[in-house]
Amino acid sequence: METATPNYLLIIGGVLFVMLNVAALLIWVERRGLALLQDRYGPNRAGPFGLLIVAADSIKLFFKQDWIPPFADKPVFILAPAIVVVTVLMSFVVIPFAPGIVVADLNIGLLFFLAMSSMGAYSIILGGWASNNKYSLLGAMRGAAQMISYEVFMGLSLMGVVLMAGSFNLSTIVEAQRGLWFVVPQIIGFVIFFIAGIAETHRLPFDVPEAESELVAGFHSEYSGMKFGMFFIGEYMGITLISCMMVVLFFGGWLGPDFLPPIVWFILKTAFFLGIFILLRASMPRPRYDQLMEYGWKYLLPLTLLNLVVTAGVLLWLNDGFEGVKEFGRLDIRKQNIPLARVPRV
Amino acid sequence: METAFYLAATVAVLATIMVITRYNMIHALLYLVVSFLAVAVVFLTMGAPFMAALEVIVYAGAIVVLIIFVIMMLSLTREDVEQEKAWLQPKLWMGPALLSFVLLAELVYLLVVAEMPAAPATAGSYVDAKAVGLALYGPYVLGVQLSGILLMAGIVGAYHLGRQKKKVIHRFLQEKEPQKERSAVI
Repeated sequence: METATPNYLLIIGGVLFVMLNVAALLIWVERRGLALLQDRYGPNRAGPFGLLIVAADSIKLFFKQDWIPPFADKPVFILAPAIVVVTVLMSFVVIPFAPGIVVADLNIGLLFFLAMSSMGAYSIILGGWASNNKYSLLGAMRGAAQMISYEVFMGLSLMGVVLMAGSFNLSTIVEAQRGLWFVVPQIIGFVIFFIAGIAETHRLPFDVPEAESELVAGFHSEYSGMKFGMFFIGEYMGITLISCMMVVLFFGGWLGPDFLPPIVWFILKTAFFLGIFILLRASMPRPRYDQLMEYGWKYLLPLTLLNLVVTAGVLLWLNDGFEGVKEFGRLDIRKQNIPLARVPRV
Repeated sequence: METAFYLAATVAVLATIMVITRYNMIHALLYLVVSFLAVAVVFLTMGAPFMAALEVIVYAGAIVVLIIFVIMMLSLTREDVEQEKAWLQPKLWMGPALLSFVLLAELVYLLVVAEMPAAPATAGSYVDAKAVGLALYGPYVLGVQLSGILLMAGIVGAYHLGRQKKKVIHRFLQEKEPQKERSAVI
């Protein structure tokens, strides 16, 4: 860990500021983009191109009455929306935006991201349960099942990348893609990570926890005011996070031709995936809940396992092609001298 | 680091005490999550970041979510909380508590008497993912295999329990199962 230098604090502040604003801007981009795709105008009155709609929306949310239903479990009800924002913002800590622009370059960066995304499931479950409302509970149950299932594929689909880079550190993973982006050898891993990412952020094709045509608003039916706003902004930050992760893990992060600075490459690539997320919302129908689960466990799980086995096999076969395997070959297990058990002597 | 260790350890102990004294099960499980997170911090301060991440991913992120999932299906009501309160009487927990206290005293005695290596917590030992992998597939490979077999048995058992019976649309098409069973008993 580094010490808190002014530069370091600047990075933390910058990341926080940019992420909150990107989430707000995304709301406008999505509403305008969806309107464009559905042949209507969308919000176009407040400010130039309707840009101030975001400000108007947030002012409205801030001044709404902050109502907690009398039948709700009050402490849990208040805690739930905070969890989603905290976990997503914590995940941004490990993302390397450009060489040197990263809050904490952890050795276990990828695992930290997975841990935070699995903690994010609590916001849906607890929010739905604490609302004490049948629709919310149904949404929460769907959310819990969906997020637990898709977390499995998400983690497994990334292990191919880890094998090829030989590290959980995200900066090392980006540097390992200097010759070839991992999307080429790990195309199956990328597709599965993308699908799992949509499911994990419960975005539209997979938004069964909040399916408004069947469950009112699912897990956040009872939420109003800024508590609802937290769920809302958390979802958009979640999309940004998944886009950043796809860029870092499969599309070479900040790497790109020299005529643009690294951070610009990162932003351009992330913006591309954000656009795809919005396009998906406009073009895909929502699957039924059981179809979603079946699709995950019957097709994605075997496919990820196959991808992992084939990747590991090919890497072992090549043996000297990649860093991780090379190092494994150098290490002799017998020389590690690990004791079988440690018993305290009395 | 030492301060962080003791702070996290205190949080873990307090959260675990809260787990067993809550009457509302969801609140108890939330404290359990806090306890797991604190244990993850303990692992981190002991120089095992990989284990810390796994603690959060597997225990706090998956297992407790599954337990909460089951409890949500049971639909907890105010009566259940009252019942739990009625069950947790001092005369019920005094016996087990006394016996556990004896065990605790014994454990503390052993820890005090045992010759511990100097400052085990932060003595530069750093166990990363590679070291864990090498240990698992080196000297402890038997344990990995055994737990694999155990998990396989669990999956087969879950499949057996969750398998749906053939649905019968009409009672005339129903097989005469009750009679078969009776003959088997006789």
